[in-house]
Amino acid sequence: MTTGTQAPRVIANSYTAGKLPRWTPWAVLAVALVVSLGAAAIMGSPEGEFNWILGIIGGVVLFVFANWLLSRLVEGARQATNRLITSLVTGAFVLALIPLIWLTLTVVVNGLPTFLNGTFLSQSMRNVVGEGGGALHAIVGTLLITGLAAVISIPVGLMTAIYLVEYGTGRLAKGITFFVDVMTGIPSIVAGLATYAVFALIFGEGVRMGFAGSVALSILMIPVVVRSSEEIIRLVPNELREASYALGVPKWRTIAKVVLPTSIAGITTGIMLSISRVIGETAPLLIVAGFTASMNYNPFSERMMSLPVFVYTQYVSPGTDAQFYFDRSWAGALTLILIVALLNAIARIVSHYFSPKTGR
Amino acid sequence: MSKRIEVRDLDVYYGTFRAVEGVTLTIEPRTVTAFIGPSGCGKSTFIRTLNRMHEVIPGARVDGEVLIDGNNLYGPGVDPVLVRRQVGMVFQRPNPFPTMSIRENVLAGVRLNNTRMPKQEADELVEKSLMGANLWNEVKDRLDKPGSGLSGGQQQRLCIARTIAVSPEVILMDEPCSALDPISTLAIEDLIEELKTEYTIVIVTHNMQQASRVSDKTAFFNIEGTGKPGKLIEYDDTTTIFSNPSVKATEDYVSGKFG
Repeated sequence: MTTGTQAPRVIANSYTAGKLPRWTPWAVLAVALVVSLGAAAIMGSPEGEFNWILGIIGGVVLFVFANWLLSRLVEGARQATNRLITSLVTGAFVLALIPLIWLTLTVVVNGLPTFLNGTFLSQSMRNVVGEGGGALHAIVGTLLITGLAAVISIPVGLMTAIYLVEYGTGRLAKGITFFVDVMTGIPSIVAGLATYAVFALIFGEGVRMGFAGSVALSILMIPVVVRSSEEIIRLVPNELREASYALGVPKWRTIAKVVLPTSIAGITTGIMLSISRVIGETAPLLIVAGFTASMNYNPFSERMMSLPVFVYTQYVSPGTDAQFYFDRSWAGALTLILIVALLNAIARIVSHYFSPKTGR
Repeated sequence: MSKRIEVRDLDVYYGTFRAVEGVTLTIEPRTVTAFIGPSGCGKSTFIRTLNRMHEVIPGARVDGEVLIDGNNLYGPGVDPVLVRRQVGMVFQRPNPFPTMSIRENVLAGVRLNNTRMPKQEADELVEKSLMGANLWNEVKDRLDKPGSGLSGGQQQRLCIARTIAVSPEVILMDEPCSALDPISTLAIEDLIEELKTEYTIVIVTHNMQQASRVSDKTAFFNIEGTGKPGKLIEYDDTTTIFSNPSVKATEDYVSGKFG
């Protein structure tokens, strides 16, 4: 057994390179933060001030540099660049997340007590001075106005998108695309003023009604619906249309039974996003729907409150004991965010159930 | 139930570009006819004119006549929808409708045309069509599962089942096996052999062995160069085309000397 006594030959693998353990970035981050926060504490100590924001920023900068340097020394230039870019991209993501979390937290903290006080969701502001009262009139108004806007915008927008993708050729389609793009950029106040001008011509000066608000919101909403639906419908493979034509199915039925069902998930998401886009509009509603403290279930006459306008009026014209008005303002903002979140959740569920199945 | 196709002096244009020039041929009922030729020579373009599918491509138009049992497809007042109900088509890539189950895919042609059909009758049609496409045994236990969950070869046979469910007179196949493995290809070729007893079948293929295996007649298309129109070079019995063609280019192509 001569072979058994031989030691295994060790061959250097030419593909190996230096490699830092997986936990290295976290360790470097922790050390960098401790160092930076410590430095901030020492520098701030004579005045007795501890600037922790500066400490964190310094720590992150230190981490990015130290991580790069360490990797450069151990792993080489390519890996170091990789780690540097990873740090920057992750940093950008965290930076974008900070305002979002901060905003949500602030609204919840300031708005939740009033939101849950029992009267906020069950009463209007009629004859309320100071404590109590609620936003029921604004919630109803927002739902009615936005709902009507959706009823106007979804058919118009969806059919425009279908025209552009399935039928539109030549100058008319190009013109529509151009004006839809232009309409996407219309400032909301302009939409409000234009709608007011039209309604003033019909109903006379000083007209205020919820339906006018719906029309103003539609002007803002239609281009968003058109754009998103158009992109989604364009994604439906031509092969499916051809398959349907080859079965002797007419074009309109192909669109209704093949193209739209295939793209319904994306279309729903687009429509929900467009609703979220207009539900928070303040300026046009301030002009054409006005504001009021009373309930109004009829969108075709009289002023109608909406949540964004409620938030605005509670804040700008607090009565006696201003704190109650500010609290209601925060609670109104919270309600609006919750409605939008709810709509997005519904959109998720809808697109989950309607999207093409892939299972076996 | 199958029909004779006569093509007389057909030119196909994309805008001002002439893609196919001067095709004249007659396809007998209950035969398999294969179109072979190099890429870009207009085989697919030409086969699509046989059920007016080329109209889906913007700018495509046709000069000449296509007669199916004497009815000119390009006569005035012809409704392409009615033509396509008689002349079915199977495409290069399997394209089952992703929103529909296997059963719904088979019934798509019937349901999409809004024909009401009792459940009993629909079940029979599904079984008959899937049997006809040699797919019944593989999918009979999961008819309500999505069609996109099948393998590529099964999907292609599902598309054939969908096509024969509307009982056309003619079935056009545009490279039906080019995305499939040899086993699935064999299944489809067997199927073509069976379908021949009832339907007139036209198939475009790049696979010359396939053409020689499945077809009764073969048409060879060729193109002189880029930007030139494709032409029908030779059209004869498959055995003649592959053993004793009368044109030099055909012989070069089928024997692999081409280019």
